[in-house]
Amino acid sequence: MKEYDIIVVGGGPAGLAAATTAAKCNANILLVDDGLQLGGQLIKQTHKFFGSTEQFAGIRGIDIAHNFIDEISHLSNIEILTQSTATGFFEDGVLTILEGYNGNRLSKVKPRRLIIATGASENMLSFINNDLPGVYGAGAVQTLMNVYGVIPGRAVLMVGAGNIGLIVSYQLLQAGIEVKAIVEALPCIGGYWVHASKIRRLGIPIYTRCTLKEVKGKEEVESVTICNIDDKFNFIPGSERELSVDTICLAVGLSPLAELLWQAGCEMAYIPELCGYVAKRDENMKTSLDHIYIAGDVAGIEEASSAMVEGQIAGLNAAASLGLYHEKYRELNLAFHRQLLQLRHNEVSESITRGIKKATL
Amino acid sequence: MSVALNGVPTKEELKRVTPPEEVLAKKPVVMVECFQNIPCDPCAANCPFGAILPFADINDLPLVDYEKCTGCGICIASCPGLAIFVLDMNYSAREALIKVPYEMMPLPKKGQMVSGLDRQGCKVAEVMVQKVTRTKNKTSIISIVVPKELAQIIRNIRVEDAVNGR
Ligand SMILES: Cc1cc2nc3c(=O)[nH]c(=O)nc-3n(C[C@H](O)[C@H](O)[C@H](O)COP(=O)(O)OP(=O)(O)OC[C@H]3O[C@@H](n4cnc5c(N)ncnc54)[C@H](O)[C@@H]3O)c2cc1C
Ligand code: SF4
Ligand code: SF4
Repeated sequence: MKEYDIIVVGGGPAGLAAATTAAKCNANILLVDDGLQLGGQLIKQTHKFFGSTEQFAGIRGIDIAHNFIDEISHLSNIEILTQSTATGFFEDGVLTILEGYNGNRLSKVKPRRLIIATGASENMLSFINNDLPGVYGAGAVQTLMNVYGVIPGRAVLMVGAGNIGLIVSYQLLQAGIEVKAIVEALPCIGGYWVHASKIRRLGIPIYTRCTLKEVKGKEEVESVTICNIDDKFNFIPGSERELSVDTICLAVGLSPLAELLWQAGCEMAYIPELCGYVAKRDENMKTSLDHIYIAGDVAGIEEASSAMVEGQIAGLNAAASLGLYHEKYRELNLAFHRQLLQLRHNEVSESITRGIKKATL
Repeated sequence: MSVALNGVPTKEELKRVTPPEEVLAKKPVVMVECFQNIPCDPCAANCPFGAILPFADINDLPLVDYEKCTGCGICIASCPGLAIFVLDMNYSAREALIKVPYEMMPLPKKGQMVSGLDRQGCKVAEVMVQKVTRTKNKTSIISIVVPKELAQIIRNIRVEDAVNGR
């Protein structure tokens, strides 16, 4: 059985940052991702990122992924396995992986340290006819459009005015698809206001305190009824409006994809601020199990910018725990922690900071 | 309503980010329509003249030193929020020149007439494209000639696309 110093599961920004950082500490590494190519969420992000200029702000997500992939190609101690799903981590320290497009090859590998950076999965919403073809998660819409160049429909209702709802609406408009409206149940826009403003300038309405009530259609989505809601999220009778759309795009939040951590036996906690069950961890991203580290959305839904820094912290410290100290270990570790603090030093991140406090061992 | 509720800034909110009259009367300058403390700083990092003051904290709102701003427009394409515009109120006796960021296809051509849109995407005038600047990061900058009285109204364009019917 092949053995590695560190195996990183998930090739999004967190996993990529973890793998490259650990590689620079001379660890030998396997990076496993179930996608066709590395990059995770980044390869779908055609918009320019926020964050600090130090951390790639102003650069498009896809270009950040390309930078990483380029860097990895120069690091001979990282092996890469794409189209491969890590399915379980067992008491004897064995990680099982299903390889190949059909997942028809099982392999077993043994890491001395495991970094879980599996990201998140999208939340669903319950409403009448939510199983009709034409009802999509925002992630699926982005993958179809930005990775495969396929448009999901002609006329869309976007549900959710968080950053994902706003950005995917913008990308739909860029692809020449009509966005009829964005509805948001909360009284305020949850995403960045600059994103909302740029969508408004394109003539798309954003209705707050409003949600979708029912989707109509026989074989596929033909129309949708939206309806205003009161403070207790009850529909306000008489405020229904019908829009003719063929696509419903749900951008109603993400949940950490933590199955591997549950299965491995990490101490877990339900933390609403981090959007679901997450593994408890110390400040260096180590879970309750000494050989397992976490980074990115699986540790709490946040941003690519913070995911990368968490990945760097996890990579640096997982390597250090094997005695593989980076020559500038102390300086780097301090600098990464300082960057995280800076990124989270704003109103939008207050709840994340609260959540992380609860999740810290 | 306010920018937090529906994405459209109110008059009061805009007042806070509008360059002073005397500056506008003198030279082309930037107008930064960014109202929320978010972790973002490319505008300050990319202004070659230090006119967008360096951020003490990455979540700071951009502050402009209009004395230093040359109206060059370099910051426009760096902003992920597409929140930066340049206004030149002295383009001609009755017209102003506005530089707006644009990321839609097709790009307009120099000299083409396009729809000038307000902050809600409503058409308020036909305006002339004076220049199209493509940038490395793919956000183009479109310079449009607008009637002076619409210089604080128009913030986007729509290019009618005969081929794709939109
Ligand atoms: C529309 C949209 C816009 C965004 N805009 C911004 C922005 O402007 N700025 C910003 O900072 N952030 C932004 N984000 C957020 C950012 O993309 C995420 O926070 C970030 O990608 C999280 O990184 P990650 O590495 O934790 O997870 P992901 O990027 O989700 O990567 C996880 C990877 O792990 C793989 N994986 C999962 N389970 C397994 C398994 N068992 N075996 C193998 N592989 C597995 C997944 O397929 C995926 O490739 C945006 C997100 C979206 C959806
Ligand atoms: S227009 Fe030019 S000088 Fe003025 S803030 Fe922008 S980059 Fe700086
Ligand atoms: S780059 Fe744009 S969104 Fe970011 S702080 Fe500057 S003006 Fe605001």
